[in-house]
Amino acid sequence: MGILQVQDVNKSFGGLKALHNVNLDVEEGAVHAIIGPNGAGKSTLLNCFVGRLKPDTGSVMFDGTSLLGIAPHEINQAGVARVFQTPEIFGDLSLIENVMIPTLAKRDGAYTVNAWGRVDQAAEIRDKAEHILEDVGLAEKREMHANSLSRGDKRRLELAMCLVQEPKLLLLDEPTAGMSRADTNNTIDLLKRIGERGITKIVIEHDMHVVFSLASKISVLAQGTVIAEGAPEDIKGDPRVQEAYLGGAHL
Amino acid sequence: MMSKITPRNDNVMMGLFAVAVLTMPIWLMPIGASYPDLMQKFAIFGIFAIGFNILFGLTGYLSFGHAAFLGVGSYTAVWSFKLLSMNVLPAVVFAVLVAGAFSFLIGFISLRRSGIYFSILTLAFAQMSYNLAYSVLTPITNGETGLQLAKSDPRVVDALFVEAGAGIPSTNFFGIAMSGYGGFYFCAILLIVGFYLSLRITRSPFGMMLKAIKSNQNRMSYTGLNTRPYALTAFVISGMYAGLAGSLLAVTDPLAGAERMQWTASGEVVLMTILGGVGTLIGPVLGAGIIKYFENIFSAFNESILTSIFSFLPDGLQDVVVSVVGLFVGEGWHLTLGLLFMIIVIYLPGGLVEGAQRIRTYATKKREKKSAASHQPQIAE
Repeated sequence: MGILQVQDVNKSFGGLKALHNVNLDVEEGAVHAIIGPNGAGKSTLLNCFVGRLKPDTGSVMFDGTSLLGIAPHEINQAGVARVFQTPEIFGDLSLIENVMIPTLAKRDGAYTVNAWGRVDQAAEIRDKAEHILEDVGLAEKREMHANSLSRGDKRRLELAMCLVQEPKLLLLDEPTAGMSRADTNNTIDLLKRIGERGITKIVIEHDMHVVFSLASKISVLAQGTVIAEGAPEDIKGDPRVQEAYLGGAHL
Repeated sequence: MMSKITPRNDNVMMGLFAVAVLTMPIWLMPIGASYPDLMQKFAIFGIFAIGFNILFGLTGYLSFGHAAFLGVGSYTAVWSFKLLSMNVLPAVVFAVLVAGAFSFLIGFISLRRSGIYFSILTLAFAQMSYNLAYSVLTPITNGETGLQLAKSDPRVVDALFVEAGAGIPSTNFFGIAMSGYGGFYFCAILLIVGFYLSLRITRSPFGMMLKAIKSNQNRMSYTGLNTRPYALTAFVISGMYAGLAGSLLAVTDPLAGAERMQWTASGEVVLMTILGGVGTLIGPVLGAGIIKYFENIFSAFNESILTSIFSFLPDGLQDVVVSVVGLFVGEGWHLTLGLLFMIIVIYLPGGLVEGAQRIRTYATKKREKKSAASHQPQIAE
């Protein structure tokens, strides 16, 4: 029994079948990569996990509860955090505020209006935020505005914002897209290091270098269906995968 | 550089603000603005702008209909004077509550959209309220004439304690008359209280959540926060501030007209906030003061005053200067305000507060340079 179970998920946009009977079983503590060519339905699948899209049929169970039909903020409260393809951060706030906000949001949720406390006196939350910033290597920049960071640093910050909430499941949508090779390697190291915290991760990625250095299990998606699944070594040699990626051409 | 945010520094700022507000009659004397009528307006529109800033500055929702809550506050206060008592306490309390309820209703619907659609929805609601006040709601608002006190009003609470006098009694706070300086100090104290509350909201976790909603609402919903109730709370709080300001307008001058709800009044508070500095604490108060000053002082300048100011110039030149400057004062004060507003928006998007900060940064840099230069020879030795 995995921590995230996806059963027979279908999703169509008009006449286009984006997901077709997708099944997925993500084990606790695993780094599960979802790969596939452009338009295979990877992002659609991820959007079904966080409440942005609702599948037409099928079920998505997380830790024993269904994720379908509940709002994004409730899914986050249940322990799912997401890193976006283009970093979603609080651009005009400082880094330390960026990392304090998720803790406060998780604590107060929707219905606690804490209008009398003082953020500058919340030492515990600040300490926690500073630790996380140290972990991702952004501690010296803590007073800077998030907008002034480089693209790689923005991703790192977004990762810190997710980690500070201590999620059970972390969704990473192309965490190294548009990064230089050096930045990519830094991110791989960082993700490996946070792997030691035992957070289950689902990674969507194009860069095979990243996938094979991180993943413990890989699912290959093509035209909305899972065509192969298994350990990285098995996937590497699978002829179906090569066909999906290369259109049947031989190397 | 901004000074560090600590409770101590905030208390110092609060103290300075309170002193500045309470001593207005003294330091406004040289610029001819130290009469109670005008200072009341400074305080009242300061409150209005502070509340507006909680929604616009902190949460990032630009409402174009806040004058509706101002109007509701005024009407409620006048009704309280008519039905209950000439004491201002129930008037203020009821006005805040009714404006809060009304803003909950409008906010609940308007906040289903964001950005320009939200602004248009609030504008539509305000214009609707304005037109209703003129037409269907005439029994409540007394239409074009405006709601006024009458000698025959019941004033049930007052009737229990005091004998009805000859004329219409005046508004009071447990016997302290609310005209002249009494009214000013009443408004000034509420301004200080309102400023303190907005300071606490800004520094609180709630305020931090509002800033985060302004910065990136999408990220906020994926961070476990249901943004709509938070934005609605901010909307209601700012509506209550507007209701308080509206009731104070009625406290100092007990009548209420529909023109208070017109879109120009809603636009004015937007100008005040931007002029002073959106999202800053002191900016909205500053902006409100400047706009009200212009409205009352610049508009009072006329040709004879100008002629006497420029009497030192030779005759021909004097006429030219007077006719040119005359465009910007008197009836033309809107032109001056428009130019000032343009300059601020183009060169100081952060408003006057940003201007002050820039000057301070420039001054510290210059001083540091100077001290560095004077130290250099010693190092060389």
